[in-house]
Amino acid sequence: MSSVPQASSPEVLTGTPARSGSMKEDRRRALYWSYFFLVLFAVFFLTPPIYMLITSLKSSAEIGAITNPWFVYHPTLDNYTALLGSEQYLTFFKNSAVVSVVVVIITMLISIPAAFALARMKFWGSATLGMGVFLTYLIPETLLFIPLFKIFAWVQDLTGIEVMNHYWVLMFIYPTLTVPFCTWIMIGYFASIPKELDEAALIDGAGYLQMLTKIFIPVALPGIIAATIFAFTVSWADFLYPMAFTTSADQLVLPAGIVTILIRGDVYAWGQIMAACLLGALPPLLIYAFLMDYYIAGLTAGATKG
Amino acid sequence: MAQVNLRRLVKTYDDTPAVRGIDLDIPDKEFVVLVGPSGCGKTTTLRMIAGLEDITEGDVVIGDEVVNDVPPKDRNIAMVFQNYALYPHMTVRENMSFGLRLKKFPKDDIERRVQNAARILDIGELLERKPKQLSGGQRQRVAMGRAIVRDPKVFLFDEPLSNLDAKLRVQMRTEIKKVHQKVRTTTVYVTHDQVEAMTLADRVVVMNGGRIEQVGAPNELYHSPVSKFVAGFIGSPAMNFLPCTLEEAGALRVRLNEAIALPVPQDRTARYRPLLGKQDLQLGLRPEHIVDARAQLEPGQHAFEATIDVAEPMGMETLAYFQVNGVDVCARVHPNAGAAAGARLRLAADMSCMHLIDGATGRVL
Repeated sequence: MSSVPQASSPEVLTGTPARSGSMKEDRRRALYWSYFFLVLFAVFFLTPPIYMLITSLKSSAEIGAITNPWFVYHPTLDNYTALLGSEQYLTFFKNSAVVSVVVVIITMLISIPAAFALARMKFWGSATLGMGVFLTYLIPETLLFIPLFKIFAWVQDLTGIEVMNHYWVLMFIYPTLTVPFCTWIMIGYFASIPKELDEAALIDGAGYLQMLTKIFIPVALPGIIAATIFAFTVSWADFLYPMAFTTSADQLVLPAGIVTILIRGDVYAWGQIMAACLLGALPPLLIYAFLMDYYIAGLTAGATKG
Repeated sequence: MAQVNLRRLVKTYDDTPAVRGIDLDIPDKEFVVLVGPSGCGKTTTLRMIAGLEDITEGDVVIGDEVVNDVPPKDRNIAMVFQNYALYPHMTVRENMSFGLRLKKFPKDDIERRVQNAARILDIGELLERKPKQLSGGQRQRVAMGRAIVRDPKVFLFDEPLSNLDAKLRVQMRTEIKKVHQKVRTTTVYVTHDQVEAMTLADRVVVMNGGRIEQVGAPNELYHSPVSKFVAGFIGSPAMNFLPCTLEEAGALRVRLNEAIALPVPQDRTARYRPLLGKQDLQLGLRPEHIVDARAQLEPGQHAFEATIDVAEPMGMETLAYFQVNGVDVCARVHPNAGAAAGARLRLAADMSCMHLIDGATGRVL
């Protein structure tokens, strides 16, 4: 009878009816699917840390009891206080921090000049070298750690210096992972800086070092921060190398330390393992939170001109 | 202040020649514009003067010194780039003073120079802003300011107005001319826009295929081009080129087709008569020299009739296009001359401004 559309009909909500195949309809469908997959991924990736958080707030007795594993009946911070009172855990934390910070510094000291040279100072073989740098990143660490182990053993035999079983040895090993990737992403970033900028600097009287320090590093700061975050995360979270190269409790870094002291034979201190992992995830999380804007800018830079 | 001399300048990239032997003398304080189509070698020449490209052969002389092996920073030049090339992380003041700070100039001297340049360019209020907070025109001024503060021997401009919109380009063109009148520094300016070249230059250098086609004052190039290329490149709309033959029928005439034969001006008959019977000649006549015929023709004008194909009203005039022997010809007629598609119009060619071109060599005869 009435030609007035129902209040809930799509015509009223969107103003004009969306025809099948129209832009509006396409966009809505694309958004639905985007939300579907985003929620799916968020649930998939956030479930483990939430489960870790829940478990870390339980006592060993409650973890062992047959109750709903997703609910805490008697929350306790005992796992956290035990860890923070444990000198060993704090040593792992300190070792990890020292290794990661030094690796970031070493990586930047090598990657920034290397990327600048490969991106800007065209020289014989620069393109091949750039590709070579990237290819080294493609070699997985599971393939590298045995030859590296042999090299360090050989160095130890040759020089008599005990290089194994020291956390500082990781400072030399992690750059094999971080330098190629950081160099590669910074080559891309430096290459996106207009060439006229270095020519203007050359005419203004800058040498290559001044050009790097006064122009390229400030302009490419988002890219450098992105690379820094990557280098820090890799060296903070790596598991295989510390397991292979360090054994003494006082030389372990967090990832290796947690599984070494909190898993005794077949006894798992689940509550403390979860608390230790969550505490261990805090520093990268804080760095991401503070530098996220720069990180995003770094990842997207060079995608468009200007 | 200094003169710039280019001596047999050659640049090749992997056996591909970009500049094929250029000789050019630019006196002190002169504003020279290198103009030509893309790939003609004008920017490469400028970059060789700046020291940003190695020289394959020949010499670049600035002042009295051959600077082939002198790095850009020691050539005492300043360059303004097409995309401004401002340092994005620095303020306008820092951008302008960067070169001076690197050279450890005294702080008060730097400040004085920056203020002076800012006054010349009227950018005093922008000194604390970052480039991203500036409009295109303001950025270009800052780029010029960066050049001015250094008080260089030579200014080099590499298509500095190409990124600006049409209105701003005209405005900045005037600004550049004003700045040159104030500072009187020897200037080499590269552009592909012949209007820019004509309006700015003391002398224009027309380049083509890595060579100089012609060097001359703007009016000289316009009125006396030495080649078909220069004749066609300078002037907008471009000069018309019509295949023709010379004939002697009482007087020497240029025959375009069976219907149209136009007399050669008296003062040129002696020059052109030896070309009687020569094949592959072309008549060059600018659109402004083909106008609607009034009842009383001006001296030198000769009337003919044409059917208009397309009319483009421009306000103060109308561009009327018609064909002669299948070749499009453009005429500039009065807006009220009745130019419209299909209209038959009586036109007058000013033969005193004609050019006769050897079609085979492209040289103006």
